[in-house]
Amino acid sequence: MSAIPTETDPRDRGGPAQPLLIVEGLKKHFPIRGGLLGRPQAWVQAVDGVDLVVDKGETLGIVGESGCGKSTTARLLMHLMTPDAGEIIFDGEAVGALRGLSVRDLRRQMQMVFQDSYSSLNPRMTIEDSIAFGLVAQGTSGQEAKTRAASMLRMVGLTPDMFAQRYPHELSGGQRQRVNIARALTMSPRLLILDEAVSALDKSVEAQVLNLLQDLKRKLELTYIFISHDLNVIQYMSDRVLVMYLGKAVEIGPVDAIYREPKHPYTRALLSSRPSMDPRRRMSKPPLSGDPPNPINPPSGCRFRTRCPIAEDVCAAVVPTLGSIAGGEAHTVACHAHRPGSGHSAAPAEGAVH
Amino acid sequence: MSQTSLATAGSVAPVKGKRPVTRSFWRNVLRRLLQDRFTMVCFGVLMLIILAAIFAPLIAPHDPYRTSMARRLIAPGDARYWLGTDELGRDLLSRLIYGGRLSLFTGFTPVLLATLIGGALGIIAGYVGGAVNMLIMRVIDVFYAFPSVLLAVAISGVLGAGIGNTILSLTLVFIPPVARVAESVATQMRAQDFVEAARATGAANWRIVTAHVVPNVTGPILSYASSLISVSIVLASGLSFLGLGITPPEPEWGLMLNTLRQAIYVAPLNAVIPGAMIFITSMCFNLMSDGLRSAMDVKQ
Repeated sequence: MSAIPTETDPRDRGGPAQPLLIVEGLKKHFPIRGGLLGRPQAWVQAVDGVDLVVDKGETLGIVGESGCGKSTTARLLMHLMTPDAGEIIFDGEAVGALRGLSVRDLRRQMQMVFQDSYSSLNPRMTIEDSIAFGLVAQGTSGQEAKTRAASMLRMVGLTPDMFAQRYPHELSGGQRQRVNIARALTMSPRLLILDEAVSALDKSVEAQVLNLLQDLKRKLELTYIFISHDLNVIQYMSDRVLVMYLGKAVEIGPVDAIYREPKHPYTRALLSSRPSMDPRRRMSKPPLSGDPPNPINPPSGCRFRTRCPIAEDVCAAVVPTLGSIAGGEAHTVACHAHRPGSGHSAAPAEGAVH
Repeated sequence: MSQTSLATAGSVAPVKGKRPVTRSFWRNVLRRLLQDRFTMVCFGVLMLIILAAIFAPLIAPHDPYRTSMARRLIAPGDARYWLGTDELGRDLLSRLIYGGRLSLFTGFTPVLLATLIGGALGIIAGYVGGAVNMLIMRVIDVFYAFPSVLLAVAISGVLGAGIGNTILSLTLVFIPPVARVAESVATQMRAQDFVEAARATGAANWRIVTAHVVPNVTGPILSYASSLISVSIVLASGLSFLGLGITPPEPEWGLMLNTLRQAIYVAPLNAVIPGAMIFITSMCFNLMSDGLRSAMDVKQ
């Protein structure tokens, strides 16, 4: 197939060791306006200082409850919203910086698939036109864009003869989501952000689309950021997992390490909330109670402390930062109970060998 | 893994087959409109009135301007003057046919202009948002605060009588409501994922607006604007009636109603006829706009 990349992508600047995406201190606070002059009365701290690294060819899973800032993070990475603070470095080039990568160039290399397969397609456009739109907007000729759209449809398993001239309402949810994937791939991205891309599909279709995504990733040498609230899907898809809580990353690590031995109390609670088929593992107590606190006025110190079973005084006073845990440099956690010398009673002794 | 996924892909899409019948939104609307008998009757009546106005010189039985003191206020049903004559002895049927030209023109043109201008303003306000939205919509709100009749009378009163001023004042009256409809729909569209996806491809704003926003705003604006035509006809006739619109001796329904008003005790039927024409025409436009709305308001 023509879409299979040749040995090395000419756009690959930094080589295999250079992470495809480095994000530092990403922040977005939404104002809540009120009063006579519409001045901001308060700020919703949707994303508050997220750092992450995505290596070439891997899948980074982002997991967390609804409202924890997953989707905002995705939109900030795509620059669909302007971050308040933070640096995005794509393949060694700072985005938006002088002599760096422009937002326009970034969008050629990064694409996104949205959760709602219906509202992400224009109801007045044929499938073909929707897929070809981006290319035409970038200056490709109409005929060429249509040819490419057809080959992309074939790539996601839809026959162009059957689907190219149809309208979104004539397709099923799974078919529409395949179209959305085709549209994103038409731009030949290197990084694909999948924002709850399979969450609205029913289970059998979800499995098909997940397999399709795995397949495409291998064929097109893609890198994924896979956002979901579904722990099983994240485990199936990801190489590494980032756990978000209330706009902050609380734990990042290889998928096996996190699922086998979660460190952060929130990650533990999340994982134990998974329904089990095994009756012996049935629980009678909920792993967590209550709702996440309001992101307008998040708790001081550690944001999870209000629901944390092991919270102590230090958790209210000091904001925990991500730090490596004993025995794994790649596995980081933002919790005082795992930070030597933090003052938490469960913390390992200071000077403990890592 | 590769094998399973290829197999599942195949099971979703039938391998070969004839392309299914597919219809665009507007073709669906047209099909539903054609099935709506009531709307089609209204459409037929309107076409009759419009065609009569266009071909007035060919079908009008008499000269609409020729006066005669001898045959003033002949009652309808006369063998020579089917709908009777007016207070100056002019044939009413001929004047109604000719009058349709001005009445329809002054009914239609302001709505068309207001749809273009108000639609553009609303789409800009809705798509750009923020301070631009604030600026455009608050100015629009100032105009919107006045009752439409009062505003039309006030503007026409300042500008003076005449067809151009009538159209100008009615256009100004209709821009705010059209802009508000366009703004609300455009604001909704901006939040849709397909607009976000289009932005994510790096497409220019004008391209996103023309390809993604305008086609989705057209429907609601069109159905709203078609309901304004009847209002516009009534308002234009009202302005003529008040002496602020068309000037005599031009035939125009509102003006005819005004001059025949003095004869209402002598020849009540003659006086009613121009009013009936205004009523029938505006009602047909209204019913047609209802039909259009329900034809478009179907969950696809």
